[in-house]
Amino acid sequence: MGIISSGFHGKRRTGNAAIPPGQHETGTFPVLTAGPAPYVARADWEFFITTEAGQRHAWSWDAFMALPQVDIRTDIHCVTSWSKLGTSWRGVSLDTLFEDVETASEFTTAHSYGGYTTNVPLRDLLGGKAWVAWEFDGEPLERAHGGPARLLVPHLYLWKSAKWINGIELMREDIPGFWESNGYHMHGDPWREERYS
Amino acid sequence: MSTLWRVAEVVSGVPESETSRTIGLRVDGLNGSLAGQHIDIRLTADDGYTAVRSYSVATAGMDEILEITVDELTDGEVSPYLVRDLMVGDQLEIRGPVGGWFVWRPTDTNTVQLIAGGSGIVPLMSMIRAHEASENPSPFRLLYSLKSPEAGFYREELLTLSRESPKLTVDYVYTRKVPPGWAGAPKRLTAETLLATVLPAEAGPDIFICGQTMFVETVAGWLVQAGYPATSIKTERFGGTGGLR
Ligand SMILES: Cc1cc2nc3c(=O)[nH]c(=O)nc-3n(C[C@H](O)[C@H](O)[C@H](O)COP(=O)(O)OP(=O)(O)OC[C@H]3O[C@@H](n4cnc5c(N)ncnc54)[C@H](O)[C@@H]3O)c2cc1C
Repeated sequence: MGIISSGFHGKRRTGNAAIPPGQHETGTFPVLTAGPAPYVARADWEFFITTEAGQRHAWSWDAFMALPQVDIRTDIHCVTSWSKLGTSWRGVSLDTLFEDVETASEFTTAHSYGGYTTNVPLRDLLGGKAWVAWEFDGEPLERAHGGPARLLVPHLYLWKSAKWINGIELMREDIPGFWESNGYHMHGDPWREERYS
Repeated sequence: MSTLWRVAEVVSGVPESETSRTIGLRVDGLNGSLAGQHIDIRLTADDGYTAVRSYSVATAGMDEILEITVDELTDGEVSPYLVRDLMVGDQLEIRGPVGGWFVWRPTDTNTVQLIAGGSGIVPLMSMIRAHEASENPSPFRLLYSLKSPEAGFYREELLTLSRESPKLTVDYVYTRKVPPGWAGAPKRLTAETLLATVLPAEAGPDIFICGQTMFVETVAGWLVQAGYPATSIKTERFGGTGGLR
């Protein structure tokens, strides 16, 4: 425990310390997408990781499904100020996907079907912090929410959890993705309200 | 390093207005900050409950002491504690200083337009202080939107600077109460007042806007509409639900 501030009790107005500053809880699952949702069949879906040295690792849907699958229970936070608590997902840990990847990069760009990109530091993807998820609430992930599979980086604002994920490119530099080029934060930590650049 | 929580000791606390206080913090191993950066402060209740809020650094010194100025929101969770209860000698936890975007460096060569709403003056003041302390000759202009003269932070210092500094101009907008001898009634900042007061787009200023979210959104929108390139405008939003002020 940190240093106690005597006389500080806090307001706990939301009754829930799981809600980051400036966020409110929602029971629904709003859909926010810049354009129409791309349609990607599982048979055509692929997930790749490319290294800064040009090495390419890739998984078909079947190869991806043969990897160890984990259940994830987590809170998610959208920069438009809603938070959804205790959501459940199933997918593959990025730690698993990165097992055989050799890299010295600190930065990545996530690429989606449809052309969307977002930059995520590698340290925010590894160490049990991120997944490629294909199931939500026990059901296959709906197309509107990124199906067949999306990135899930719940400790960052949801725009980092790229829907319709196609792959991760390891980068020598931190290059802004779509929203990051449009005024949004390069990192996006909800607890620090890293909303805008 | 900036992501680690570190212990800070309160070394000073000076009222800045009726509702605000400038707090000096000593942070072991701190080696200064950039003008415009902020720190996160974490308070812990005796049952382990914590609350974290961001506060801009008001000073851009190169030592182990930094200052913040906190404005009390009466119904807020953290700011009333920092303004009313925290005492010299107390300790708290900080993270940072953080931020490399909303910052001004003495090597920046452009003219600078600063636009503050209320407590949004804090990071802009650290830029003004860093600018004054530097050899950098480029002109700075500050537009400070305030409820009343009494609500102003750093009043004496800004008064003295605006009289004596050859490189700083200060303009005020009072939204609820004007000082004695002021021409005109209190009024909200409008697009016309803004554009008549800030450095013209032709001067190519770097623009820093800071305040409540609504204030920042509105002002930045007016500037972009008036033809200031969006790339020249940097903003810092203090969150909260407050409207224009
Ligand atoms: C980068 C950055 C720099 C900042 N720098 C400064 C600075 O230099 N000085 C400064 O004074 N502030 C600064 N702020 C703002 C600061 O971080 C706090 O937001 C501010 O002090 C208010 O915190 P609080 O805990 O007192 O209020 P909070 O408890 O967070 O409340 C904020 C407001 O929201 C309302 N509110 C909150 N929760 C609810 C709810 N559930 N329902 C209804 N209303 C609600 C409250 O009524 C209140 O008006 C900065 C913010 C950022 C992001």
